[in-house]
Amino acid sequence: MESRPHDPRPPSADQPAKVIVRPGDRIFSGLAKSAGILIVVMIAAIGVFLLAQAVPSLIANKANFLFSREWVAGDPTNLSFGVLDLLLVTVFSSIFALIIAMPISLGIALFLTQYAPRRLARPFAYVIDLLAAVPSIIYGLWGAVVLAPTLEPVTGWLNSVFGWLFLFETGNVDRSIGQTIFTAGIVLAVMLLPIITAISREVFERTPTMQIEGALALGATRWEVVRTTVLPFGKAGYISASMLGLGRALGETIAVMIILATTSRTFGWSLFDGGDTIASKIARAAAEFNDPRSAGAYIAAGLVLFLLTFVVNAIARSFIVGKKEYE
Amino acid sequence: MKIKRHGALISLMAAGALALTACGSDQNTPQSGGNAGAPAPTNTAPVDCGGKKSLVAEGSSAQKGAMEVFTQAYGAKCAGQQLAYTSSGSGNGIKQFNGGIADIGGSDSPLKEGDETTKAQERCKGNPAWNLPLVFGPVAVAYKLEGATDVTLTPDVLAKIFSGAIKTWDDAAITAANGGKALPAKPIVVIYRGDESGTTDNFQQYLGAAAASSWTKGAGKKFNGGVGQGAQGSPGVADAIAAADGTIGYVEWSFAQDKKLSMAKLDSGSGGVALTGETAANAIKEAKVKGSGNDLQLDLKALYASKTANSYPLVLATYEIVCSKGYDADTAKAVKAFLTVAATDAQAGLADAGYSPLPQEFQDKLLTAIKAIA
Repeated sequence: MESRPHDPRPPSADQPAKVIVRPGDRIFSGLAKSAGILIVVMIAAIGVFLLAQAVPSLIANKANFLFSREWVAGDPTNLSFGVLDLLLVTVFSSIFALIIAMPISLGIALFLTQYAPRRLARPFAYVIDLLAAVPSIIYGLWGAVVLAPTLEPVTGWLNSVFGWLFLFETGNVDRSIGQTIFTAGIVLAVMLLPIITAISREVFERTPTMQIEGALALGATRWEVVRTTVLPFGKAGYISASMLGLGRALGETIAVMIILATTSRTFGWSLFDGGDTIASKIARAAAEFNDPRSAGAYIAAGLVLFLLTFVVNAIARSFIVGKKEYE
Repeated sequence: MKIKRHGALISLMAAGALALTACGSDQNTPQSGGNAGAPAPTNTAPVDCGGKKSLVAEGSSAQKGAMEVFTQAYGAKCAGQQLAYTSSGSGNGIKQFNGGIADIGGSDSPLKEGDETTKAQERCKGNPAWNLPLVFGPVAVAYKLEGATDVTLTPDVLAKIFSGAIKTWDDAAITAANGGKALPAKPIVVIYRGDESGTTDNFQQYLGAAAASSWTKGAGKKFNGGVGQGAQGSPGVADAIAAADGTIGYVEWSFAQDKKLSMAKLDSGSGGVALTGETAANAIKEAKVKGSGNDLQLDLKALYASKTANSYPLVLATYEIVCSKGYDADTAKAVKAFLTVAATDAQAGLADAGYSPLPQEFQDKLLTAIKAIA
């Protein structure tokens, strides 16, 4: 975890022309290569599996898969399912979680790398990392049993004061029970904190000391140092950390399933709506998959989630690719 | 809670003297319980222990609590023998049974004609599989409504509430069902099971049978009412009902008891009936077996539509799916021993776990079927 020196080691002139290859090189490069190939094959296999399972159901589907909001997948002879509502709830709750988690993570990461004394920073970082080790079912139970009732006065106030804004208008489930996207989003945000914080911290720690000292020499204050050196240096890393976190939020299953109330009404862009994310919808039905056609409908939704996560990760990559420091 | 119950059960087994339920009785001196006129089921039977040491069963989560009681009793009666029950859902239970992984499948509905039955027959080496209705669990209509502690509902009103036709607690139909006493004027928040569940299926079947004109949404494991909000699992439903005012939902009896929820009386035409072990047992007696032989598939329609006084017809029936023949000798012996214990000795502990003990006639039929397994 120690920050490595920033040293892109230039090729030295006195290197021998003949490259020596020992058995160890061959074995290790072989192992590394096969590990790399394995992961690609695995991802391809998952994609192929999802596609193969989903296609027969998609063909039998009577509704428009991408734009329909209904989900009738129980009867294999009468499939009529659309992923739109699930997709919207998935993206909406994840982005809400990200909006909460991003500034807090940034604050924690900056505190740990720039403000906290070394002695305090290390144990503090461990505590943050520990959050990532809590099983998501625990987060779910905490959200449903503890957080949901606690938030009731807050949501009541938001609803009565800001009810004119679509985000806080009365949703499609009972707000006082608290099984809403609002509660789920906050729990998701807590789950994202360790991911975003850990990566941002690593990146901020690598800010070249020369730059920091240069800024200090020019008379910059702590905040000015952060603003002129740490943030510009770490911005790409921070954003890609957030994207990784977003990927995590999109795929979160159990916690969301326990917290969110399902509803037969459609999603209306309110934080006090219920509904289902793609992952929670699949998990709810998974115990009763009796027919490959019904299961295929859910797997088709899973395929959409797979692609969505893929896109999010591709975006995260593209932020890093532009930055020489990380290459 | 569960641990306490098991503790109670073990001490019951040890003492063998404490009658836990209205129709339970002492092991040594069988006697008629409080079941007006009904002969009490035999509380113990000779069991031929032995065979496979650890049985595997899997399926419905609705019978999980009963299975725990059965397993305890089985271990107490047949030392060293055990059964592991995985509650992964009825669909999985049937799959694992048909795949030969589970010795017993637990399901909320009998094997479907066609593929399921054919595969089960293959698994049993060409012999038919039997559906044995061993576990009956009453389903409570639980609610939370400040200012009202004693609510009576008719099946018709229930169907209208759960399909969105009745939206407030002071609706004229609800007032009429409560003998003219108006309930607080609050909106009704319907809570249903968000995941697919046998409880939902049975509840919808009940509404369809008892209030056919008001419930036209059919049955199935997914709630079709189109109103309210779904919570995850039975604990989730109970929590959601407890969390807000004006809520109503259906949930297995034990969960309503654990959360100390108010439970509505059902008025099927002969007055409001509260949910007790006795009223549920009265209803189960009316369940008819379809066809003949030892495959005891139930015709629940008659039970659900029953208008008998002092009977609470909203009952969930779950099956154990077993091979009639085709087990190896070891497994067959253990399966028979387990089912015998479950149908006899274990019955006394069921009411405490939120299930209904078997009525006598049913127990006889089950024991005949269990004996016939080879």
